Amino acid sequence: MLRRTLLKTTAAAALALTFGVQAHAELNGPVNYIIPFGPGGESDISARLQQPFFAEKFGQEMVVSYQPGGGGAVGWASLNGLNGDGQTIMGVNLPHIIIKPAQKDVGFTTESLNTFYMFHFTPDAIVVPANSPYQTLADLVNDAKANPGQVTMSGSGKASANHLAQIKFDKMTGALTTYVPFKGTGASVTALLGNQVKAQWGYTTVGAKQGDAVRMLAVAMEERHPLFPDVPTFKELGYDMVGGAYRGIALPNTASAETTAMWSDMIGQINADPAFRQKMLDGGFAMLDISAADMPAFMADRVAEYLKDAREAGLIK
Amino acid sequence: MEFSHFLSALTPLNFALALFGVVAGTVIGSIPGLTATMALAILVPITFSMEPASALILLGAIYTGAIYGGAYAAILLNTPGTPSAIATTFDGYPMAKRGDGDLAVALACFASVFGGLVGAIALLFLAPPLSQVALAFGPIEYFWLSVFGLSLIASLSSGNLMKGLVGGAFGMILSTVGVAEISADIRLTFGSQTLIGGFGVVGALIGLYCVPVLIDLVAVPDRHLKVEEGVKTVRIGEAFALAMRSKFNLIRSSIIGTLVGILPGAGGSVAGLVAYSEAKRTAKQDQKFGEGEPNGIMATESANSATVGGGFIPTLVLGIPGTPPDAIVLGALLVQGVRTGPAMFTQSGSIVFTFIYGLIIATVLMLPAGLLIGRYAYKSIVTVPKAVLVPTVGFMTIIGTFAIRNSVSDVIIMLCLGVFGWVVARFGFAASPIVLGLILGPIAEQGFVQGWTIGAATNNLFGMFFGRPISQGILLFTLITLILPPVVKWQKSRRYEEADQ
Repeated sequence: MLRRTLLKTTAAAALALTFGVQAHAELNGPVNYIIPFGPGGESDISARLQQPFFAEKFGQEMVVSYQPGGGGAVGWASLNGLNGDGQTIMGVNLPHIIIKPAQKDVGFTTESLNTFYMFHFTPDAIVVPANSPYQTLADLVNDAKANPGQVTMSGSGKASANHLAQIKFDKMTGALTTYVPFKGTGASVTALLGNQVKAQWGYTTVGAKQGDAVRMLAVAMEERHPLFPDVPTFKELGYDMVGGAYRGIALPNTASAETTAMWSDMIGQINADPAFRQKMLDGGFAMLDISAADMPAFMADRVAEYLKDAREAGLIK
Repeated sequence: MEFSHFLSALTPLNFALALFGVVAGTVIGSIPGLTATMALAILVPITFSMEPASALILLGAIYTGAIYGGAYAAILLNTPGTPSAIATTFDGYPMAKRGDGDLAVALACFASVFGGLVGAIALLFLAPPLSQVALAFGPIEYFWLSVFGLSLIASLSSGNLMKGLVGGAFGMILSTVGVAEISADIRLTFGSQTLIGGFGVVGALIGLYCVPVLIDLVAVPDRHLKVEEGVKTVRIGEAFALAMRSKFNLIRSSIIGTLVGILPGAGGSVAGLVAYSEAKRTAKQDQKFGEGEPNGIMATESANSATVGGGFIPTLVLGIPGTPPDAIVLGALLVQGVRTGPAMFTQSGSIVFTFIYGLIIATVLMLPAGLLIGRYAYKSIVTVPKAVLVPTVGFMTIIGTFAIRNSVSDVIIMLCLGVFGWVVARFGFAASPIVLGLILGPIAEQGFVQGWTIGAATNNLFGMFFGRPISQGILLFTLITLILPPVVKWQKSRRYEEADQ
């Protein structure tokens, strides 16, 4: 009996040693980067921007593929069933991975996802067409107060970053606007440009893409976005709104601590590249550097805030 | 728009890229489940090292080829290779069954080249004004457009309207399963994780069209397609003569395709169906749509190919992708550092015009390439013994369905739908109305919810739904489509009665 226990212990120790030796993780061929949405959205664009930098820095191709469905839930529910050897990663989005599991059982929980880096966010912004009568944020707020419900605002989906921003802003101003959900930011911009709605809850990326065709009234950042020095922040105008949709990357939770650390380091290196930062800023994105080590604290903050907002808005129980 | 752009599109590299793109696209598109979107997504990194115009030409050529390639499986296996080719099955498969498969493939090629050219020329000359069409379509217009599309069920299910409508309604219910696109509600999943992603259109197409064909192939001893013994001539001449006789149909369908392609919420499948329905509505006495009428193939194939050029119009002018493949092209451009959106035509004019000429060249190259590949595809499907054909195609359906989003659930759903489709077909329920409901259901639902929200907020519900000119136009066409067939039928029967007396 004693001998068997001893044998087992020795075997375990030997195993641990072998793994200890192999602990230095490395890439082994092309990497599969799954975006749990269709092509063309902000998640896709930012992944596409990372692609050439990754190949250049680490000598391996990054193959972007799409796994849309269930507003991202199909992808995230499948993530932990994939191989955790570090060859497969998946984009994750806030508030999606916090709100969805809080609404219903969608096959994953926020905590079950091994999110190792948050690399950017698209700050919320109120966008109007170039020919809109709203010149400033005050114009829009006054109109919404004078005509409750008549100011229609498009946005991407319900219980989304756009929707939460609309609810929060209405509460802050005491005005009443009508939120019209569309399928993705592209459709919501189309509705705005076609004057189907009076304004849009979008992101700074909309301003970058549409240029002179639109006007942004305010952006939800601490400081003004370098691409739009003339657009005020909500804070400047007296509304305490900073935030948007945050995007990061996760590994299957079977990935070792070494693999996770390696990935966090690699994405951090891409994020530190000035050329990459410039391309992201030109696209209207705002950079963010939350590495694997800082993730628990960051997520805890976000979870608390989003769940509180969503609960007050009646989106979750 | 100068001549120099045409010359830069003609450089050996760009020419080779166009040819390679068309051939690769045709082959990929012909395999059910492998879509243009997927092909482009994988190939985008290759284009990073290219000049922006060359990159665009390669991507555009693959896209064009894939839309045409979808016709092969539609004609020879009754399975749309891409959603755009749904209406191609209506007349393509009956033609193939009676031994005219080679003619049908050649017709599809002529029609695709014609439609592709119309779309590309519209992109070249009329892009900025036409892009306004995308903006003129609001939620309500999409709602009525999908209702118009659903009215096609009436004309598709001749004599079996009730069963057609039941199938359509069933398809619409299927489309609501999973996480709702805009309200984010989780519906009709019964707590199952398998259903949370809903019923994907491509998977449903493969299941509902391909699986019943495979079952039938195994169940009956006859050959798959009838082959005329001794006929060795290529039927290009015959196809060309038929296409020439249907000039008007080709032009009308191509214009429909271009316009529908501009609409970001519609796409190739809707374009093909609308063009088919128009061709059928204006059919002459001797044309029997649904029983192997060449005009049915030409209408669908010219329309869906025209959506390629049409879809690039909002993509390049407004920065709004007209179709999913356009979204990938847009992403590739962004990585290249090309500013898309309103400024693109003025600031990056040389890239845009070189690309458009490249697209035109690729479309023209599709004529010889498409005819050659088409003949080869036809020959191999016809000559391959069933014992090889069935397992090969069966294998492809599973791989294709899995490849859409690496999901085993999709494969399970596909197989279940396939068996279900085969069983209900015994009772006279066709696959097409179900698929129509599945595709148009979400468009109708989103348009209705958004239109109602805006209408209710502005206290103008009636005006919202019935007061807008484009909506009224679509509504009028819908009524004509619904009312005309019964009236014509009634008149005919009266004439027969008079003749009898």
